Amino acid sequence: MEQRSGMVEKRGMGLWLTHGFMITGVLIIFFPIWLAFVASTVTQPEIVSPPMPLLPGSHFWDNYKTALVSGVNVPVATMLMNSLIMAIGIAVGKIIISLLSAFAIVYFRFPGRTIFFWMIFLTLMLPVEVRILPTFEVVAGFGMLNSYSGLIFPLIASATATFLFRQFFLTIPDELAEAARVDGAQPMRFFIDIVLPMSRTNIAALFVILFIYGWNQYLWPLLITTDPEMNTIVMGIKQMFPSGDDVAEWPVIMATSILAMIPPVIVVVSMQKLFVRGLVDSEK
Amino acid sequence: MANVTLKNIKKSFGATHVIHGIDAEIKDGEFIVIVGPSGCGKSTLLRMVAGLETITSGDIFIGDERANEKEPMDRDIAMVFQNYALYPHMSVRQNMGYGLKIAKLPKSEIDAKVQDAAKLLQIEPLLERKPRQLSGGQRQRVAMGRAIVREPSVFLFDEPLSNLDAKLRVQMRLEIRELQEKLGITTLYVTHDQVEAMTMADRMIVMNGGIAEQIGTPLDVYEKPQTLFAAQFIGSPAMNIFDAHIEGGQVKIKDLPIGPAQSRDGPVKLGIRPEHLVKTSDAALNASIQMSEPLGANTLLHGKLTRFDNIAITASLPGVHLLETKSFHIGFAVEPANIHLFDPETGRRLPV
Repeated sequence: MEQRSGMVEKRGMGLWLTHGFMITGVLIIFFPIWLAFVASTVTQPEIVSPPMPLLPGSHFWDNYKTALVSGVNVPVATMLMNSLIMAIGIAVGKIIISLLSAFAIVYFRFPGRTIFFWMIFLTLMLPVEVRILPTFEVVAGFGMLNSYSGLIFPLIASATATFLFRQFFLTIPDELAEAARVDGAQPMRFFIDIVLPMSRTNIAALFVILFIYGWNQYLWPLLITTDPEMNTIVMGIKQMFPSGDDVAEWPVIMATSILAMIPPVIVVVSMQKLFVRGLVDSEK
Repeated sequence: MANVTLKNIKKSFGATHVIHGIDAEIKDGEFIVIVGPSGCGKSTLLRMVAGLETITSGDIFIGDERANEKEPMDRDIAMVFQNYALYPHMSVRQNMGYGLKIAKLPKSEIDAKVQDAAKLLQIEPLLERKPRQLSGGQRQRVAMGRAIVREPSVFLFDEPLSNLDAKLRVQMRLEIRELQEKLGITTLYVTHDQVEAMTMADRMIVMNGGIAEQIGTPLDVYEKPQTLFAAQFIGSPAMNIFDAHIEGGQVKIKDLPIGPAQSRDGPVKLGIRPEHLVKTSDAALNASIQMSEPLGANTLLHGKLTRFDNIAITASLPGVHLLETKSFHIGFAVEPANIHLFDPETGRRLPV
């Protein structure tokens, strides 16, 4: 009996300790976000006069309205829309392209199949930044600067997603493809009726990852959008900082930062269930 | 409804020859079991009939049409796979109706056919379930249902019962046979289980190493195996094979005469089925028994022929025989009508 109560006590201690560490960790990570939020609810003079306020002020609506409607260079609503179009375009495009290329690589025997696969695989090792100059040349040559296509197309092919879908397709039993063949399904019919529905959790998981990847693009939009109307929000925040002696409008900039965080959070939270399922189990 | 004719079918994967030329005439409505050990090419043969493997040389006729280059769906066949290959995201109803949906049948007709097949297989209550909510036996039924709804000319089964437990296997064996008789559809059924082959087949094709050792009715193969391989593969426990020779119209193991033989003098392989050995007191084949496996109705005895270099022998005697002492001796005899002789070189059957 004593032994057991001792163990319960110990476990209780451990529980408190782990929780203590976790709460400390969360507080450390959350603190800057809290500061940004506080800064977005007060007035400019309140921010610049030390000590910095730690509790929200009363100008929440004013600041957010200013940010959304007028912003600094361009209304934040426009930038949010640009980011949304770019992130969705990249995520959806990447998924479609990599699904199709993985399908080709796994289910069709054509000359150079392995070479193509390894070429795709090799590009995994080249981040956007490495090929950014030639890509810029190409995009500029096509006249796609300051356009949605310029924002989306150079980032639309994904070796990672192709690779992941390939790995998933390889786990689909061959017999399923053969059964579909006996049932009379042509390859694309098999793809749409069998392969796509079976990959839906993987697609959801990838959509979340790729949406955030697209949303967080900084360098590429910075290079090709000179027109403020085409700014995306992540790079737009930087553009809000004044050059020279102008005064930074911190409350508006902070409101923009908070606004920039909301869509990815919505995507992650709303797709969390599918996302986790896609990463953990494979339904076969 | 269709005949299936295989004419000198060969298959190689690159330089590896897997099937060395198989001929078979399968009559309309016949139940053919292709049986053989793993790697004998039986599944490959079935898949060539299905159109899932290309044919290296030879011809396949389904009905009266040459089918070599036809796509699986144009061959008027339906196939049941070893792992059932049910589409995991579709309900049983969708699984069964998928082929018909692709064939662009009207929805009402699909529903009616699926309903009929489900009734036949007694899976009506399962129609809205997903495959993962079904047991092995139920999945097996759904896979058969998917084949039935298409009303094909030929059914192809690729080891469909190998994933089921023993009891269910016996039950499904009967059901498949019953169903095939009811529908009268020509069937090719691949298995490695000789019991399935014996019980289900109208005729069986015994395959080994890419050739057909024997094509015949189960009892034909059992009573008159044409090759040494067929003799040993069909029948459980396997046939005893002894090195023997013919001398003056008598088969002899060493100097012990076993029975009369018509072939000319020389060495032969002598085959005796375990169930054809009878217990006798005059010590003809005298065996020292090492192990006894009582099965209830009969007992399997494993021993060695003490007089003949301790050759292993297996006998199946009716009733219960337990090993009373460590060295248990028993004398066996065999009816001359129950012996099989094979050419030691070619493995072909010799007349007794």
